[in-house]
Amino acid sequence: MNHSISLTVNGARRDFVLDDPRVTLLDLLRERLQLTGTKKGCDRGQCGACTILVDGKRINSCLALAISHDGADILTIEGVARGDQLHPVQAAFIAHDGFQCGFCTPGQIMSAIGMMQEAQAGNDPERIRECMSGNLCRCGAYAGIVDAVLEAQTGMDESNQRRSA
Amino acid sequence: MKPFDYIRPATVAEAVAAAVQPGAVYLAAGTNLLDLMKGGVSRPDRLVDVTHLDGLDGIETLADGSLRIGTLVSNADLAHDANFAKSYPAVAEALLSGASAQLRNAATVGGNLLQRTRCAYFYDTASRCNKREAGLGCDARDGENRTHAVLGWSESCIATHPSDFCVPLLALDAVVEIEGRNGRREIALDALHRLPANTPERESALEPGDLVVAVRLPPAARGFATHARYLKVRERTSYAFAVVSAAAALRIENGKVAEARLALGGVAAKPWRARAAEDVLKGVTPTADAFQEAAWRALTDAKPSGDNAFKIELARRIVVRALTLAAAGTPARIPALPASPFASTSGAIHA
Amino acid sequence: MPELNLSSSPAHLRHGSNIGQPLTRRDGVLKVKGQATYAADNHPPGMLFAVMAVASIARGRVTSLDVAAAKRHPGVVDVMTPDHKPQLAIDPEIKTNPFVFRMEVLQSDEVRYANQPIAVVIAETLEAATEGAVLLAPRYETLPALVGLDAGESYVPPVVGVGNPTENHLGDVEAGLTAAEKQIDAIYETPPQYHNAMEPHAIVAAWNGDSLQIDMPTQGLMLSLARVAELFGIAHDKIHIRSPFLGGGFGSKGLMAGPPVLGIMAAKLVGKPVKLVLRREQMYGPVGHRAPTRQRLRIGTDGEGRLTALDHHARTVSSTFDDFYEPAADASHTLYASPAIRTSHDAVRVNTGTPLFMRAPGEATGSIALESAIDEMAWACGMDPLAFRLKNYAEVEPITGKPFSSKALRACYEQGAARFGWAKRSLQPRQMRDDAGLLVGWGMGTATFPALMFQAEARAVLRRDGSGAMEIGAHDMGQGAWTALAQIAADELGLDIDRVEFKAGSSDLPDAGIAGGSAHTATAGAAIHSAGAAVVAKLADLATNDERSPLFGAGNAGVIARDGRLIRRDDETRGESYVEILARAGVAEVEARGTGAPNPAAMEEYAMHAHGAVFAEVKVDPELGQVRVTRMVGAFAAGRIVNPHLVKSQLFGGMIWGMSFALHEEAITDRRSGRIMNANLGEYHIPVNADVPPLDVITVEEHDPHVNALGIKGVGEIGITGSAGAVANAVWHATGVRVRRFPIKIEELLTQR
Repeated sequence: MNHSISLTVNGARRDFVLDDPRVTLLDLLRERLQLTGTKKGCDRGQCGACTILVDGKRINSCLALAISHDGADILTIEGVARGDQLHPVQAAFIAHDGFQCGFCTPGQIMSAIGMMQEAQAGNDPERIRECMSGNLCRCGAYAGIVDAVLEAQTGMDESNQRRSA
Repeated sequence: MKPFDYIRPATVAEAVAAAVQPGAVYLAAGTNLLDLMKGGVSRPDRLVDVTHLDGLDGIETLADGSLRIGTLVSNADLAHDANFAKSYPAVAEALLSGASAQLRNAATVGGNLLQRTRCAYFYDTASRCNKREAGLGCDARDGENRTHAVLGWSESCIATHPSDFCVPLLALDAVVEIEGRNGRREIALDALHRLPANTPERESALEPGDLVVAVRLPPAARGFATHARYLKVRERTSYAFAVVSAAAALRIENGKVAEARLALGGVAAKPWRARAAEDVLKGVTPTADAFQEAAWRALTDAKPSGDNAFKIELARRIVVRALTLAAAGTPARIPALPASPFASTSGAIHA
Repeated sequence: MPELNLSSSPAHLRHGSNIGQPLTRRDGVLKVKGQATYAADNHPPGMLFAVMAVASIARGRVTSLDVAAAKRHPGVVDVMTPDHKPQLAIDPEIKTNPFVFRMEVLQSDEVRYANQPIAVVIAETLEAATEGAVLLAPRYETLPALVGLDAGESYVPPVVGVGNPTENHLGDVEAGLTAAEKQIDAIYETPPQYHNAMEPHAIVAAWNGDSLQIDMPTQGLMLSLARVAELFGIAHDKIHIRSPFLGGGFGSKGLMAGPPVLGIMAAKLVGKPVKLVLRREQMYGPVGHRAPTRQRLRIGTDGEGRLTALDHHARTVSSTFDDFYEPAADASHTLYASPAIRTSHDAVRVNTGTPLFMRAPGEATGSIALESAIDEMAWACGMDPLAFRLKNYAEVEPITGKPFSSKALRACYEQGAARFGWAKRSLQPRQMRDDAGLLVGWGMGTATFPALMFQAEARAVLRRDGSGAMEIGAHDMGQGAWTALAQIAADELGLDIDRVEFKAGSSDLPDAGIAGGSAHTATAGAAIHSAGAAVVAKLADLATNDERSPLFGAGNAGVIARDGRLIRRDDETRGESYVEILARAGVAEVEARGTGAPNPAAMEEYAMHAHGAVFAEVKVDPELGQVRVTRMVGAFAAGRIVNPHLVKSQLFGGMIWGMSFALHEEAITDRRSGRIMNANLGEYHIPVNADVPPLDVITVEEHDPHVNALGIKGVGEIGITGSAGAVANAVWHATGVRVRRFPIKIEELLTQR
């Protein structure tokens, strides 16, 4: 049975017919929309490589049926930078070497952006570590990841202060 | 994943009617269901998607002081609701100690209540499991079972319930509201999950078509807000299921325990209320000795189901610690490492 | 694959010299934007999806597959089985060279381990292929599985690791033990571990007639290509493998395994491009792992704490059908001076996929046992663990008596201990607590890893427009080849790094050897060094033989290449740009090749190892037994550091692996079925962010003129060694409980309060 669904992906509305309700958001992005920046590490919600933002919240796209998210607003790693201008989290990941092989990186970055929006961790390294624990990194780049998030968070705090000043 | 029909009902009544059919299951966020379907553990014919139903995602205080939490409220939204975290801090702490931020953003209240066991033999479809298929046998009983049940288990099943959320909910006498074929009814959370006995495949009191629509915390649950903790021992600092966990809540008046609530996680096929331990504490001064006595009572009936005798001693110690932490007072803010034994290293405890 | 657009943060660039600079990753922008193309990101037109069905028994044979049921599923195109598959050119059971391991590519219905591939379903969608594999509902004839370190009769393998002798002797160990004032005799166990790179093994294979295009993560492009060529009976030049990025390898993507071969077969069967990606649980079997070990260490010391004997025996396992033996006991060859050393191995066969190289194979397993035992021995002697190690410091390699090519381990001990504050450690265990009442323990371990070299070739080009190119089929699995090797290339070509087109990650480039053994930067770097020198020499020939050049008559040895110019060594005011030289000569470019290889004479003369000292602090809940590492300091001496930014990351990663070895990782095998019960990332625990404390790495200056032309020793694996033992020893120091079975579990630490 075919199902018509529509999603907003990285700001663009996409309408399409889904011929199979089994398709997850992750597989939809990767195999049908050719947005392969989002990675499949475990396909079971145990690694975080597939993290995307759905309606502003970070989730594991491997455990989300596309059909159930009809109407959702989706942000993937491909939609984070503005052309050549990197998002502050992206730039901080490079500066602090928050990755090695890079496979978990899109998920880490989406998770970090989602975390900053949740505003629970602030710039407390211990809270950042806890709040980023849903993203495994086998290379062991955690120290750089925390430093990168701290820098991006601090930059965001400062620019917010400037704005309110 | 087996092909399935996808139904998106417009009303709760439509949902119930669609889910009554054999082979039908409800789909909420899917964080547990999709995992089970990908593993071949669950092969439903029909998914009834309740995520688009209206009116199931609210948190409301009722006239009598109860709190009603809609079944579709996400674990994260509930834990981060400031009023909720203030009134029911152990529940918020438990929620935030579960899974990962991503999963908590998706996973729902109702889904959390109904999540299935993490027993490896239940997940491994090549193993025998009475819970997965009645009468097949239990390969966990003589298998790799150091994390299995020490309370309420049977020869048919030694699996544990993995929820953190349910543990403090149970301690606080939560009630589950259910919409079914014959309309709405409610049962105590304690009556929702069943112990295995000879029918481990029947995990809950739900009948075909039953939809959990809300969880309610009774007015008395607020009385523990200043002395309530959840403590969870696990094999890595975060993103791991409990080896053993405990929720402890005290109402302290004039230096004495007016009322105690205690529940354990990771020890049985259901979250485990320790009423005998609660009774021991009633009216006593909250001292280490009293907590030791309570811990002893809580585990009186415990017995190992395999290579897991350590969990009994660990559970006793967790009970003592959880009570001690609760007596010391709820922290002003949920610690950086929620429910962790290492929580206190990163957040001052409210005296 | 789009053209790679690599760049590095210019803030860090220092003009004229690249080696030693902390450049950010040149592939960083691609990676943070999701534009780095990993194998499974490819999607050629008409591509189909292949999904493996794997065995749920560990031993026996498949008696039936419901192929019809699978084919009935909408979208399923074909099912590849032992009865229906393209024929290979050679029997995959034949080991054509020592780096060929046996694989299961549907050559029979035999099952030799759980998760072995038994069929492949090819479909138009991933969903259809996945369900098709389930519908095959295999039936089996099951035989009892061989499981564990006591599965059967033990035997002494002919070699361990890669050609290491099974046994080594120095002096008389029994006499040394008898004469000892103090002795320990302890048995340590390490579990099976799985690489679990974040990127599952994947292949996209496309045949075009008899040509084959492959996208696949590999740590060994040319080894893989050669294996594919012989299996499919096609010429090397008909095969092109692209592997620009690996999502982690750790040894599991070094050699051709069965699953990618199945992907190529599937593509051939259906005549269309095919993508085959392993599911996470399928990575626990056909793509290698670290074998479990049981190690007995007997150590004796004299009255002053000097070793009199060191006896290290390791039991390990291999598969029932092939041979790889974790050389764990060899860890005792290099670190501690002793008049008598014996190392030995034996093994049993079990129903498992063949164990293989996993980050520090042998070194890691051996190190945690040896460093624990040394700690136990120090305690038995009443000595501080660092003082004990210094007392037994090896001035020459103990097992061979060879001098070290360089060894700055003393400086590692000193600098690491100072940074950590080791001097304040209590000798007695269970003495230290923090403000919250948690037990605090400090432990240390010595790190070591051999400085290896393999074979590699590179091609260098200098062009008339002033740019250059360096081509080498090198592999970046996260260690930073795109950056570090480009830095070397820039220096060797005498060009700014942005003027060098650095090409890697493709099989149509010169063979860079294997990215393994912590030797890739050294090996590929040596080839780049030599290619660069050769092309500069050619350019110099053009200039010095041309009387119109200011360099005329300077001779080859008389010029140096810098900033795009050749300059007279004896008079730096006299020089000429590459552009001018090539323009006048009327040639578009000059090119040359160079090779990197081990130096047998130096190897004969010297023992070559990197060293380090790791210090760890753990906190342990005194009642609940949960452990958390709260601090780690590692000081490493590994020769020349090409890029300190990346090296620090590599060493951090190794230290985290060490922590993981001590506290987390373990594959749990059901002893009846032989199935791994935690073949996932939820219950096979690797550290999460919250497990990892602030880490501190010191790189100790070390100049080694012997290891290779660039003096590089490699840092990919050494971080695990030492670290695992340091964490384990810290747990002992915190609790007073010596756990000898790893990973350390909560129940071991539920002692009296």
